[in-house]
Amino acid sequence: MLLPGETGVIVTLPEGAPSLTRLREMGLLPGTRVEFIRRAPMGDPVEIGVRGALLSLRDAEASLIEVETERVVGK
Amino acid sequence: MKATGYSEGLVYALVGNPNCGKTTLFNALTGLRQKVGNYPGVTIERKEGEFYSQHGVRLRVIDLPGAYSLNARSPDEAILRDVLLGRRPDTPRPDRIVCVVDASNPERNLYLFTQILELGVPVILVLNMVDVAERNGLRFDVERLAERFGVPVIPMVASQKKGLVELKVAMSRQELPSPKPLLDAMPVPVRGALVRARENLAAAGIVAATASPLEPLYLISGHDPTHYGIAPAAVAMIRLGREQLEREVPGWEDRLVAARYDAIHAALESVVRRPESASATLTDKLDTVLLHKVWGWLALAGTLGFLFYLIFSVVEIPVGWIESGFSALTAKITGTSEIPGWMPDGDLRSLVTDGVISGVSGVIVFLPQILILFFFIGFMEDTGYMARVAFLMDRIMSRVGLTGKSFLPILGSHACAVPGVMAARTIESPRDRLITILVAPLAACSARLPVYLLLIAALVPGKAVPAPMKAGILTGLYAAGIAGVFCFAWLFNKKLLPGAPSAMILELPAYKMPSFANIARQMAGRAWMFIRRAGTVILGLSILLWGASTYPKLRNADGTLSEDKSAALAHSAAGRLGHAIEPVIRPMGADWKIGIGLISSFAAREVFVSTMSVIYNVEAEDDDDGTRRLRDRLAAERRPDGTPVYTPALCASLMVFFVFAMQCLSTIAVVRRETHSWKWPLFQLAYMTGTAWLLATAAYQLISALSS
Repeated sequence: MLLPGETGVIVTLPEGAPSLTRLREMGLLPGTRVEFIRRAPMGDPVEIGVRGALLSLRDAEASLIEVETERVVGK
Repeated sequence: MKATGYSEGLVYALVGNPNCGKTTLFNALTGLRQKVGNYPGVTIERKEGEFYSQHGVRLRVIDLPGAYSLNARSPDEAILRDVLLGRRPDTPRPDRIVCVVDASNPERNLYLFTQILELGVPVILVLNMVDVAERNGLRFDVERLAERFGVPVIPMVASQKKGLVELKVAMSRQELPSPKPLLDAMPVPVRGALVRARENLAAAGIVAATASPLEPLYLISGHDPTHYGIAPAAVAMIRLGREQLEREVPGWEDRLVAARYDAIHAALESVVRRPESASATLTDKLDTVLLHKVWGWLALAGTLGFLFYLIFSVVEIPVGWIESGFSALTAKITGTSEIPGWMPDGDLRSLVTDGVISGVSGVIVFLPQILILFFFIGFMEDTGYMARVAFLMDRIMSRVGLTGKSFLPILGSHACAVPGVMAARTIESPRDRLITILVAPLAACSARLPVYLLLIAALVPGKAVPAPMKAGILTGLYAAGIAGVFCFAWLFNKKLLPGAPSAMILELPAYKMPSFANIARQMAGRAWMFIRRAGTVILGLSILLWGASTYPKLRNADGTLSEDKSAALAHSAAGRLGHAIEPVIRPMGADWKIGIGLISSFAAREVFVSTMSVIYNVEAEDDDDGTRRLRDRLAAERRPDGTPVYTPALCASLMVFFVFAMQCLSTIAVVRRETHSWKWPLFQLAYMTGTAWLLATAAYQLISALSS
């Protein structure tokens, strides 16, 4: 689980769901760095940064992505 | 015969991700030499243009919709795939492809390019917006990229026409090298299985033997439920092949995607020099404000407030010109007692003035609203703010099964459902789009306002309605419309078009300065489309309605035509229809006179007011005085038993009816046009008017029972 402002590396994405295939095609692959930028003011959807692009996805999809938080040096 | 070499009419396809600047490039290439139309059967703009090569040979360019992948997930992406694969009978298969990528975001943009490379068609790669990329610290070694992919690579800033000459030179080249597909990036077992699957399908005649082994998979990607133009048998066969592939190489699709990204990464590693981490970009700074919990809403409210100001106030100015222009024209034709008119009095003149001219002006009068709304939409899309609006509003819209993208079309429908329904084109999911179109006309459009004001005025006979009560009732009527939108969206989402909720994967593009030339082109294209397609239907129906309210004619005993407009209207087909529907509308408290008003208001709601003026022989004048006279006349109207007709119960009943009923020929024509069938506009007419009748009857009976 990432918190807004944190960066992590994708560990796994479940296979099979069409919307997740599209996320893969947009560059969310195991090993990819993602930044959790913010939540929308009403809590959903969320905004992430991946491969230089900003994407919005709903919690329903975002919660399926397993991410390992990067340890920020000095924190 | 297909052009294989360098010949007149070589066809280029322009492809790329959304927001890569493809349309700007298309406009820069072709200038004004372009045709905008529609792909038959779907509401996707088909843009084609042409220009002359360095050697004076005509080249055709097809601007295809923006897409992330050939694995189509939306009708837009399906069009791109079908045109590139030569599967659309209405569009020639492109001889060559120009693939545009946003150089400031090369990795993700190159994904589509890796798929394009495998189609076996010569490709030119355009690195657009290299200026932005350089500001972000990205530099490209064009030579090495060209060598790696085996295609010409042109760095460009399309918005400043930088690199345009180089691109035209490349496009004019007689021979283009064959691209080096990244197939070596494809896992070997996947490739083998794909080639075998293609052989089976080619034997069945579903794809060409020379087709890319991926073609069958793109055709039914599993993300596109519609499978345009593929026979069900072929779909079944491809599905079998897909399942077999899944058994042989589990997870092959994900491995394929990963392999492509690995190849992109490798190609870029050697080419792109990354600087030390870039500082916060303008987009980051703007989003901190525009997506903020407080400032974000304020900015949205301000933007939308400005839009409504434009639509409700500023639009009055050009609408005034149009209306006075048409009434001046009518006056010229009719003439006055001193100056003879252009046409003598008679049926033909009546047809021209009351049928044709009022029909044409009824079409033209929508143009200012359409232009303003589309200017606004174009501006918000071009700057990148549109995606932020969808981001902010998504949570609210998801409660009824829609996404944030449905927000603006519904909001716009509060001004007028015609541009609102047209604005639903920006929604990719066909299901979400249809639900949005079906519920949008429930929003309280500006044409309902005069009717609401008249009915509110009639509530209190003899004197003006107190302002707080008036405001309260108006607010209630608008709220009822919004409640209708959400209830029916929820209902259709559950019952009519059940399905998995859309994922709403949305890119938030970097903010940029809008191109007013692009916006103007889009506005002009949509306005023209409205006039040509919807306008003809509106005109035809207006003439029909004119005929119904004119014939048969009422004659006096001596055979001359009656001068009594009220009696003549009652005598006409519309008047008889009013009588005929009286049994149906009696439960909601209406009599046949109101029936005539309701029938005529199916042309457009505001016509109700003028028709009631004719019925009650009140000089129709579009001012407070006219409304007051009509209101007093309504208040004086009595039933045969002497009780007043316009009781509070009837006024409430009529208000409720106008909130929900579908009474707008223009909207029906536009929905017909946008959904490509009569099924949906007729369904809409039935469900809205049915609901209106039920609720109006309930309101009338309830209030009558309570007040008696």
